[in-house]
Amino acid sequence: MRPDLDLIQSWIEPGSRVLDLGCGGGTLLKYLKTSKNARGIGLEINEKNIQNCIEKGVRVIEQNLDKGLGNFQSDSFDTVLLTQTLQALHKPDLLVDEMLRIGTKGIVTFPNFGNWKSRLYLATKGKMPISKFMPHQWYNTPNIHFCTVKDFDALCAAKNIKVLARTVVNSKHQGNWAMKLWPNFFGETAIYHLSRN
Amino acid sequence: MINSVPSDSVGIIKPKEFHFDNPLELASGRQLPFFDLIVETYGELNVNKSNAVLVCHALSGDHHAAGYHAANDRKAGWWDACIGPGKAIDTDLFFVVSLNNIGGCSGSTGPTSTNPETGKYYGPDFPVVTVKDWVNTQFILMKRLEIPKWAAVIGGSLGGMQAIQWAISYSEKLHSAICIAGAPKLSAQNIAFNEVARQSITSDPNFFEGRYLEKNTSPKKGLTLARMVGHITYLSDNAMRLKFGKTVMDFEKEGNNFGRDLRSGKLSFGFNVDFQVESYLHYQGERFSENFDANTYLLMTKALDYFDPSVDYGGDLSRGFSESNCDFLLISFSTDWRFPPERSREIVEDLLKTNKEVTYLEIEADQGHDAFLLPIPRYVAALKSYLNRIYNEITTNAS
Repeated sequence: MRPDLDLIQSWIEPGSRVLDLGCGGGTLLKYLKTSKNARGIGLEINEKNIQNCIEKGVRVIEQNLDKGLGNFQSDSFDTVLLTQTLQALHKPDLLVDEMLRIGTKGIVTFPNFGNWKSRLYLATKGKMPISKFMPHQWYNTPNIHFCTVKDFDALCAAKNIKVLARTVVNSKHQGNWAMKLWPNFFGETAIYHLSRN
Repeated sequence: MINSVPSDSVGIIKPKEFHFDNPLELASGRQLPFFDLIVETYGELNVNKSNAVLVCHALSGDHHAAGYHAANDRKAGWWDACIGPGKAIDTDLFFVVSLNNIGGCSGSTGPTSTNPETGKYYGPDFPVVTVKDWVNTQFILMKRLEIPKWAAVIGGSLGGMQAIQWAISYSEKLHSAICIAGAPKLSAQNIAFNEVARQSITSDPNFFEGRYLEKNTSPKKGLTLARMVGHITYLSDNAMRLKFGKTVMDFEKEGNNFGRDLRSGKLSFGFNVDFQVESYLHYQGERFSENFDANTYLLMTKALDYFDPSVDYGGDLSRGFSESNCDFLLISFSTDWRFPPERSREIVEDLLKTNKEVTYLEIEADQGHDAFLLPIPRYVAALKSYLNRIYNEITTNAS
C-alpha cells in the first residue's frame, strides 16, 4: 500500500461509512472494505473508472462533483474523502464545506504547489510548472485551482475547520525530517485530516 | 426469419401457463376470482434455488423476453440483447423468469380473457391494475416456483418501477433491484402523453366502450395513434435525425438534413405522407395495433400514471426503502426525455437518505428511452459486471 493511502486508512475507523469523492477505479474503497469492513460509496465521472468500480464490487454513483453534493444528507457518513481532486474542482472551498456537512470527518489530499520544485521552475523559467505529475499546459490542465499547504491552512482557519492531522509526502509518497520541518517547501502531496470545530 | 438460432440465444422457448385459484385482492379494492400467468424461463435453477432472476416487462412488453417461439420467427424476444448465454443477464449463470403481467394481452389474465361472471370477454370490465398488484402476483408466482429469494429483480421503464416496488413490498425477498430508465413516479408531462394515447383509443368509433371484441372488431386507428405518440417519446431528437436523415440533398452538408428524408423524393403539396418519419410512425403504429389489445394499452398507461410508491409513506419515498436491505443498481440514458436521468437521480437520492447500497450510472446514448432495450456497450458491460458480482455473492453466501 502506498504510504499516503496507508496513512489515510489508519484514520478510518473499522465499520465506518466512507464517501470517496472522485474515487477512481475504487482501489481505496475496496481496500477499506476488506481491511476495515468500511461501507463505502464512491462518486466518479470517468466511465472506465466506474466500470472498474463495478467489477471490484465497489458501490459507485456517476456524479459530477462540480454540480454539488445536495443529494447527500448531512451527517450521513463518518468520513468523506477527497484525494488528489481538490485542485480540479470549480469551487473547492464549497466542496470542503460540503464534505464536512456530509461527513463527521474529512480527508483531503492535494499536490502542494508551494513545493520547491514548482517554485524553482517558476522562478527560473518564468513559466507554469510542468512535471511528470502535472504534465498539462496551463490552458488544457484539469487542475484549475492549485494551492499550497499554507493556502489550505488559511482556508481551514477562515472556515473554522479543525485540522486533526496534516502531513506531506514526496512523489514516492514518503515523508522525511525535512518535510516535517518545512512542509510547504519540501512536501509534494499534502494530506489533511479534518473535522468540524 | 432466422435461419439458425444464434449461439448466444436462449433458443426456441415454450411458454408455460400457471393457474392460480385463490382470489386476488387488487389495490382498487376489486378482486379477480382466479388468474393465469404466462411465463417463460431461461437457464437452469441451481440446487440452492439462489440464482433466480425476475425480469419485469414495460408498457408493451410481455413474457417473451428472449429467444424464439419458432425457428421461423421474424425476431427474438424484446430483451434478447441482454438475456442469453454469456450476455449481461447470463443464462449460463442465472435462472431467468419472465412473465406477462395481469391485464396484459399475451396469455395472462387480462381484458381479452373470459370474465367468469358474464361468460364474455372482460374487455373494459377488467379491473384497473397497479404496479403493486403486479408485484403481488409476481410474488405468488415466486412461491409457486419455490424460489426463496430473487438474486435480482430487473426491469426497464415500467419494468424498473416493478423492481423498485419489489424492494419496498418484499424487501427481504430479493438480493438486488435493478431499475433501468425508470422514475419514482410519472410527471405531469408523462401523464399528459398517456392521456393523449388513451383518448386516441377511446375516441375511435370502433372502440364501442371497450366492447369491441364482442363486435369482432378493434379500435385499430386509435391504437395506432396511441402507439405513434408513444413511440415519439421513446426516441430522441437526435436518434430521429440519424434514423431519417440519411439522404443528402445537393444543397445540404452531409448529416445536416435534420432527419427530413422524403418518402418519394419530392414534396406532395398535399396532406399525404411526405417524410420518412411519418411513414415509419404509421408503419410502427399499424403493426402494433394488429398485435396488441387496446384495453390492455389503457390499463398499462393507467398503471404507469398511478405508480407512486411514496403515497404509502407520506410522500417520502425514502421511508418506503427503510426496510429494504437489497443492493440497488440504477441506470439512466442521457437522451431519454421520457424518464430522463434526473428521474433516476431522484430515486438514488431517496436511497442515499436511508444509507442503501446503491450504484448509479448515466449512460451517454443517442437512442432516447429506447436505449434500455439496445446493446449499448457501456450499459451492457456494466449490467453484466454488476450481475456477475451478484452471482458471486449469492453462490458464496449459499456455500
